[in-house]
Amino acid sequence: MVELTPQRVTELKERANLVRQGIIRSLLAAGSGHSAGPLDMADVFTALYGQIMRHDPQNPEWPDRDRLLLSCGHITPVRYSAMAYFGYFPVEELLTLRKFGTRLQGHPERVTLPSVETTSGPLGEGLAQGTGMALAAKLDKKDWRVYVVTSDAEHQCGLHWEATMTAAKFNLDNLICIIDRNFIQIDGSTEDVMPLEPLADKYRSFNWNVFECDGNDIVAFIETVEKAKATKGKPSVIIANTVPGKGVSYMEGDYTWHGKPPNKEQADIALKELEAERERILAHA
Amino acid sequence: MPETIVNDANAQHEFDGEPLESYTNGASVQQVPTRNGFGEGLIEAGNRNKNVLAICADLAESTRMEGFKKAHPDQYLEIGVAEQMLVAMAGGLAAAGKVPWIASYAMFNPGRSWEQVRTIMALNDTNVKIAGAHAGVSVGPDGATHQAIEDIAIMRVIPHMTVVVPCDSVQTKKATIALSEYIGPVYLRFGREKSPVITKESLPFEIGKAQIFREGTDVAIVACGILVYNALIAAEELAKEDGIQCRVVNNHTIKPMDEAAIVAAATDCGAVVTVEEHQKHAGMGSRVAEILAQHKPVPIEFIGVEDRFGQSGDPYELIEYYGMGSASIKEAARKAYARKT
Repeated sequence: MVELTPQRVTELKERANLVRQGIIRSLLAAGSGHSAGPLDMADVFTALYGQIMRHDPQNPEWPDRDRLLLSCGHITPVRYSAMAYFGYFPVEELLTLRKFGTRLQGHPERVTLPSVETTSGPLGEGLAQGTGMALAAKLDKKDWRVYVVTSDAEHQCGLHWEATMTAAKFNLDNLICIIDRNFIQIDGSTEDVMPLEPLADKYRSFNWNVFECDGNDIVAFIETVEKAKATKGKPSVIIANTVPGKGVSYMEGDYTWHGKPPNKEQADIALKELEAERERILAHA
Repeated sequence: MPETIVNDANAQHEFDGEPLESYTNGASVQQVPTRNGFGEGLIEAGNRNKNVLAICADLAESTRMEGFKKAHPDQYLEIGVAEQMLVAMAGGLAAAGKVPWIASYAMFNPGRSWEQVRTIMALNDTNVKIAGAHAGVSVGPDGATHQAIEDIAIMRVIPHMTVVVPCDSVQTKKATIALSEYIGPVYLRFGREKSPVITKESLPFEIGKAQIFREGTDVAIVACGILVYNALIAAEELAKEDGIQCRVVNNHTIKPMDEAAIVAAATDCGAVVTVEEHQKHAGMGSRVAEILAQHKPVPIEFIGVEDRFGQSGDPYELIEYYGMGSASIKEAARKAYARKT
């Protein structure tokens, strides 16, 4: 792993900013898709691809790679953008998002783009598949890890808790579940639609290690993952508290941006704000 | 010469000997549940490939995974009453190179887990094998909640899925081994109750290749699962009673269906009866009708459950009640024959 020097932190922050710009550009080109979740998970995906995971963009099917599953497939623009900015495919390909013939399907598909590891979109299914993968690694005595990014709202799905129970039964300490805790879903606040709290206690009662951090603080997130990796005998969950729409002033904290893309004018404002932020990041380096 | 099971004196005797009007007095035929064949085949598949896993949702004994659990304890996983998890976890294991067989009652898997089957197995193209046990009304006393008679429909409609319904325990064993070696998502359907063993160990099994079990050119009876036996009984009786000679086709692979065999049966016989322990709607017979409507339109009669649910009862009492006994098949064949003009 690359040492987390101040210079490296600046590089990662700038990369997360570019990932956000890629999200805005691809959503504008697509004319549909989700905005808030992808933006708020740009720091987490940047940390995963840039610092945490063992992977090789030139050899995406390397058998010993760490697996990253995106359970909440609707925020896939952030994954595609992160993959592009970490060398899996050209950044320009982001503009094909959701278009006919693209590898960048509206919800990710393994058959068209194998490096997404699985097909997702129907919620609540990622942790279950990640559990199977982590179990396969254990059965084969391999040291690769499985990271599963989930939304908070998909914790309303029964299957997710079947997976939580199963991962604990098999002591899958090679499995880390990351929750995008932004408190929003299509119909409003998670706590109004179907309350999830106390979420951390739910996981503790299912025999998981529970960590919490600021999901928009790259350093804090990386340090939390390191702690999770160090714990043995149990799967870990990281509740990453995020601000929906992070990085774009008029989207931040507004649940109505869950499921829609910016129009041209809104995208211009967003890109201008993000570019200004990028200059600030570099100026402070 | 088409492959046939009527290839020695004993087999001949089973169909030409004592009058066998229904299962209830078919005592001369060995009776073994198809699920036993699955259990035996699974152990053999585990012997041949250490990546074959068996995963069960709290039904190891009744799905016949119990034997595999004893033979291959390191390849066996138990996850409790969680059928969606069964499919999704198997998808993850398969993506990492394993060959997971997952077993429950067909009513729960794929019944409960259909969307996971579609997304994680088929769209995602993972090498997961579903064993759907306790299919059909012949589950018996458990009643309608446990009698899967819609599973062929919901599985055959999924792209990339292979759907197999073997005719007896011997063939179920062979199908289990063959499907373990085939790469891709699979649904194997079998039943709970003892049913006649009508194939021999020597009869080959090939996915997607229907088998002619009896020759005839008046009416083709295209059947799958344990009702192939009823079809054979009906055919023998029709020959004696009416002089109608039926071809009996064991149409064990519902998807991909052996279109050539179906079209040939319709061409040679000019009328078809389909027989399955399933809703008439959207099942094996419906697929036969789709093929023939396009390639060789002939009169077709359908044997199956008529848009109803099952109920508690003796397995073979239910088969008769829901119109899937040999008498019903004979009636359907006579009707199809009469419509040929």
